Amino acid sequence: MDLQDPAFWRAGAISTTLVMLVVLIFLTIDSLAVSRAGGSHVPDYTVINHQIGYRYDWSRREDVPVIGGDQPLFGKTWTEPEARALMQEGKLVIQSRACMDCHTFFGNGAYYAPDLTKAWLDPAWQQIWMPMTGAKTQEDAMVDFLMHPERYPTWNREMPNLHISEPEARAVVAYLKWMSAIDTNGFPANFGKLSIQH
Amino acid sequence: MYRSQKLALRYFTASATLFGVMVIAGLLSATYYVFPHFLFGIFNFNMSKILHIDTLIIWLLMGFFGSVYWFLPKELNRELEGIRLGEIMFWVFCAAVAVVAAIFIFVQYGPGDETSLWLINQGRKYVEAPRWAAIGIVLIVLTFAYNVIGTAIKARRMTGILWVLILDLIPLTLLYLDAFPAQTNISHDLYWWWWLVHMWVEATWEVLIGCIMAWALMELLGTSRRIVETWLYIEVMLVLGTGILGLGHHYFWIGTPRYWLSIGGFFSALEPLPLLGMVVHAIYDAGTHHMQTTNKPAFYWLLAEAFGNFIGAGVWGFMMTLPQINLYSHGTQWTVSHGHFAFWGAYACGVIAVFYLAAQRSRGLNMVDNRSWKWGFGLLNFGMVGMVGALLIAGIAQAFFERAEGGSTLQAFVVAQSNPWFEMGMYSRLAFGFIFAAGYTVLMYDLLTVGKRAPAVAAQSVAA
Repeated sequence: MDLQDPAFWRAGAISTTLVMLVVLIFLTIDSLAVSRAGGSHVPDYTVINHQIGYRYDWSRREDVPVIGGDQPLFGKTWTEPEARALMQEGKLVIQSRACMDCHTFFGNGAYYAPDLTKAWLDPAWQQIWMPMTGAKTQEDAMVDFLMHPERYPTWNREMPNLHISEPEARAVVAYLKWMSAIDTNGFPANFGKLSIQH
Repeated sequence: MYRSQKLALRYFTASATLFGVMVIAGLLSATYYVFPHFLFGIFNFNMSKILHIDTLIIWLLMGFFGSVYWFLPKELNRELEGIRLGEIMFWVFCAAVAVVAAIFIFVQYGPGDETSLWLINQGRKYVEAPRWAAIGIVLIVLTFAYNVIGTAIKARRMTGILWVLILDLIPLTLLYLDAFPAQTNISHDLYWWWWLVHMWVEATWEVLIGCIMAWALMELLGTSRRIVETWLYIEVMLVLGTGILGLGHHYFWIGTPRYWLSIGGFFSALEPLPLLGMVVHAIYDAGTHHMQTTNKPAFYWLLAEAFGNFIGAGVWGFMMTLPQINLYSHGTQWTVSHGHFAFWGAYACGVIAVFYLAAQRSRGLNMVDNRSWKWGFGLLNFGMVGMVGALLIAGIAQAFFERAEGGSTLQAFVVAQSNPWFEMGMYSRLAFGFIFAAGYTVLMYDLLTVGKRAPAVAAQSVAA
């Protein structure tokens, strides 16, 4: 073994890379199964028909989503194909408006606007936007805000009007509800439990 | 000069120009934090941010392409195979970048359907370019690969550096194909998106810049091929040995299994190792040559590359990579601090070093050393370190007030963003951004005029 010989290190580079790649491929197969819609970490899209919570789990020592009883969205119980189509539209709206270049999803994206990982569970919808919009349900308040954010400013940094249509806004709200039910290994911690007042 | 080296100079010009666009878009993005109503409703933050980060990717990519087109004919002592196609694709590249920039500025977004993703904006960070442009980039990368591989075949000669480069081009091209899909499941979307972003930035690009730095060291310091190739193999072994599973630090919180917390934490904690190796090598080279060289700016930018990579990518990354810390630091300005420092240290400094090497050789200068490069070097690095420090302070305040204390709600976000530490950080970042922009201006002035300001620059023309 000659440490001065480039061939020794070349062999090391090739073998190390190959071993790591093989390990990554196995982990990827498992991760994709766990994180598919309906997998152990990511709920089926029909979870939008249920109540969703986020509570500390003492056995896991972290916050986990809790799926509760029935809670129709927009007054409707969505079938699996309907929910899937709604999610598809919601994701396309999120991409077409480049939401990720202001907001973050699971902490990924830009950092100019709030993280949307658990946005559906944010107490601000019921505390601030439902009274502001006069909407009777949280989802209607969210739709109103998404379509006309300029009417409901709450801070000096506002959301621009991105000309989101009503069907598009509904799809985005449904997407955010589904997303809030994903098990994110405890991120974000303590969501909605601690309240700092201005 | 080879034709491919003339093409390299064109790539460097385009790269340096886009560097400037990135700086302007960066200043604009920083301004929104301080004056939120600036251009509100006309040109919103997200579009400015897209311009900032997409030009970052493209100016560096063009810098890498230019560097390879510069060094490769010397490596193989012949003109590049398919150079005509390479020249055509350069103009295609420039035209595509201009059209995409115009779309981002004037059209910005479309309705939520596939057509918008094909024609306007894909809305995935770093790969927002519409699909038609992404197809163009694939064709450009394939042409680049053909130029490199075809030349090696024609020359019937392979070197260690060239082997590493060619093997690296395979994942570089394949991973970019992930720029196209629009997956409904965001967990899967982010899973594959990180394959592209992480494996480009923390794996294939590191190897690519390693090859370029190897050629630069041989040219600048006359380091022997045996030493350079040995270091390159060690670097590849450590970069890919730690970086492939270091990918796991992006899989902590996206709906993926818990084991990524351990795997990602462990391997990404090791990621600074290859970067430390570069620092050791740089110090060794600097000592061997007593800091003397015929191209001082290139030499100092190479040193900045080694130290910047280690501190910006390595230390700054390590600081926030363990899941226990990342739970609170993730998605804050802390990440932005690391991102700026890492891209600067790992890639930008190296590309600037090659700019200077090419300026020296293309103008036939015996010696490159003057006052203006020092001003450019000083202002750029001072501006960058200042921005990174300001963002770090803002990020730590955000991690504390928004994540740890506030529980990451909308209200906690607002409270953290209104915190004096955060606001001070944003003002300071903008101020240091202007210093950085001044440094860029001096750098461009120096690069454009070096060798043309004799005798003040102590540059002597080499007899042809």
